[in-house]
Amino acid sequence: MNEFIFFLNKVIISGATLGSVYALGAVGVTLIFGILRFAHFAHGDMMTLGAFISFMLVGVFQSLGIQTPLPTGFIVLPFAMAITAGLALGIDKGFYQPLRAKGVKTVTLLIASIGVTLMLQGLIRLFAGTATRSFFENEPKDLFRYKLPIEGVRSINISEPQILVILTTIVAVLVLHFFLTRSRIGKGMRAMADNPSLAQVSGINTAGVVRATWIIAGSLAAMAGTMLALDVILKPDLAFNIVLPIFAAAVVGGLGHSYGAIAGGFLIGFAETMSVFNWSIMFRGYDMPEWFPSDLSLVPTEYKLTVAFIILVVVLLVRPQGIFKGASS
Amino acid sequence: MIRRDAILFAGLGVLVLALANWFSVPYTLQILVNAFAYALIALGLNVQWGYAGLFNFGVMGFLMVGGASVTFISYPLNDAFWSSDGPFMLFKALLAAIAGGALIWGVTRIPKKGNLAKLRGFLLVIAWAVAYVVYRSQIDPAARLIEAEADFIGGLGLPAIFGWVFGGIMAGIIAYIIGKICLGLRTDYLAIATIGVSEIIRALIKNMDWLTRGTLTVSPVPWPSPLPADVTAAGIANPDMAILMARSGFLAIVMLLVGVIFFFLQRAYEGPWGRMMRAIRDNHVAAGSIGKNVTKRELEIFVLGAVLMGIGGAILTSYVQLLDPSGYQPINHTFIVWVMIIVGGAGNNYGALFGGIFIYIVWTISEPASVILFSFISDMSEGMRFGAIPDIEARALQMRVFVLGIVITFALRYAPQGMIPERVRTQES
Repeated sequence: MNEFIFFLNKVIISGATLGSVYALGAVGVTLIFGILRFAHFAHGDMMTLGAFISFMLVGVFQSLGIQTPLPTGFIVLPFAMAITAGLALGIDKGFYQPLRAKGVKTVTLLIASIGVTLMLQGLIRLFAGTATRSFFENEPKDLFRYKLPIEGVRSINISEPQILVILTTIVAVLVLHFFLTRSRIGKGMRAMADNPSLAQVSGINTAGVVRATWIIAGSLAAMAGTMLALDVILKPDLAFNIVLPIFAAAVVGGLGHSYGAIAGGFLIGFAETMSVFNWSIMFRGYDMPEWFPSDLSLVPTEYKLTVAFIILVVVLLVRPQGIFKGASS
Repeated sequence: MIRRDAILFAGLGVLVLALANWFSVPYTLQILVNAFAYALIALGLNVQWGYAGLFNFGVMGFLMVGGASVTFISYPLNDAFWSSDGPFMLFKALLAAIAGGALIWGVTRIPKKGNLAKLRGFLLVIAWAVAYVVYRSQIDPAARLIEAEADFIGGLGLPAIFGWVFGGIMAGIIAYIIGKICLGLRTDYLAIATIGVSEIIRALIKNMDWLTRGTLTVSPVPWPSPLPADVTAAGIANPDMAILMARSGFLAIVMLLVGVIFFFLQRAYEGPWGRMMRAIRDNHVAAGSIGKNVTKRELEIFVLGAVLMGIGGAILTSYVQLLDPSGYQPINHTFIVWVMIIVGGAGNNYGALFGGIFIYIVWTISEPASVILFSFISDMSEGMRFGAIPDIEARALQMRVFVLGIVITFALRYAPQGMIPERVRTQES
């Protein structure tokens, strides 16, 4: 039983947290790919940007002396999402829109997004430095321990940010689902992802759809970035360490497919935690023979991120359209 | 148009002279060595992206392979390793890897149609798992033993030039494997796949301590030409003069190498082979329909480009005499090369050469330039009683990244063809 709870703490809870963050990021990437047909490499830095905006808002809140029962980083989230969505719209207007207007190939947009990622990275570190920060410098990070009603069993540990991440992701996914299936603009987004020219001739406001895409992608990026910073730590140099697993998640789910991206996010999250988990712990309670190895983790811990890349490459080779069929570029 | 190119290159020459005037001559030589190494790498990417339209965002991986290879070839022998059980255990691990590979290969021979077709995928997964377990069971004890007894496997103590060649060969072999599996993908998907692969290579080189010493770094990696200390030993007493002569020697070798490679690349580009590659780039379906083997030609050019990148990576590591796997960053080693050929002009070797040298110089001087700029603003804000800017040095380093981003944005917007654009020669001209 102890082993099972250890597994729950180490794999299920942390996998679900990581998976939620990946899923939120991957939805943004996949929506942008579906509508605008390019891989948006600046998404990782948009997440970092969102997290830093939250961090600054927390500073403002705390200097105003506002005390909240939940972590302040979570309370300021709606504001940070709104600001990041506005910035995402601005980035599109300033950097991608002019190129699209010139009718360049989508490949050029991809390279432009790398220019944006470098500028964002440079700016963030220019102003914030390269040090890591914590949202919990001025308030405690609550850790809940659930004791099962069995004697001699360790408790299930889950931290407040982890609960919030998982719950918020569920809410965000539900809202997104209703938005895409019920609202006019959401239906327009799905239509445009399927066939852009047909969508345009049938009177869908494509410019509005593009704006909606950036607003959703920007606010989800802020949410994911802040959640990750709340759960772990706020790092200014996340960039590729986060954007590649997110791409992996989006590709696994089929680029352009929102529900696939959510599934892919959780799949990558669990795959990362499971592959570094030492499975021989599960056999501790039993009498195992002498030769039974004491370390049964699939890969050493330092290769945790590599797991996502390997899944990415394997999926690209074996089934590039993803689990669900995605859009082609 | 030729005149414009000549003016641009002349301007570059003036810039270099100005650098020599601002900084010192030895420092300018150092910048030039690195700039030419990057120009070689940019030529490699130009071959892949400019000639054939292959979207390689994994340049860093090939540079790391080149760097690790040159270290392995030219670093002095490690007697502690050769006298231990290490070589034998590595041999066993190699056999295990070959056996695993053979098993996987055998399973892939199962025909896709017929009785076993349904089992094929399942068997393939099993074969990979078995091969992985067998390999790990041999390599893990070997790695532990080498790290405990000999630190790492050391090198072969051969001249550095062989190391450069070997770096190119290794990068080529790895590019062949990557190309074989990835080149079926196009544009965005290929970009994501190559970034993924280069991150995998980085993780491997960083964590295989037995092979590369990982984050502990290896140094000093020898030079192909006499070091400053050797020049002093040969009777040049003035230390500045010794550094000057040693660096000039290194630069001469690099320039000669770049010159020779450039000559052959240009010949190939103007020949039928180059025309065929451009045809494949512009419309691979049409090129395929007139009988060109698109997959094979693309693989060929992917390997060629990677060989150049491997040599360039080897030169960079040789020059700093240090293999530091954690010093490799996508920004410094992948995106900067992309900026070089976008600014220089994709599809034109002169453009890649120009972009490589020019962008490297801009990248290098943007740091001291932003220190000066920040100090100026800081003085102003102090004068206006806002207080000085803290940690100017650290912030200035980040400014480079921002400058690179700005350069990409402006280049794409206002000069998408680059400063020396591709010129397609037609029959009439």
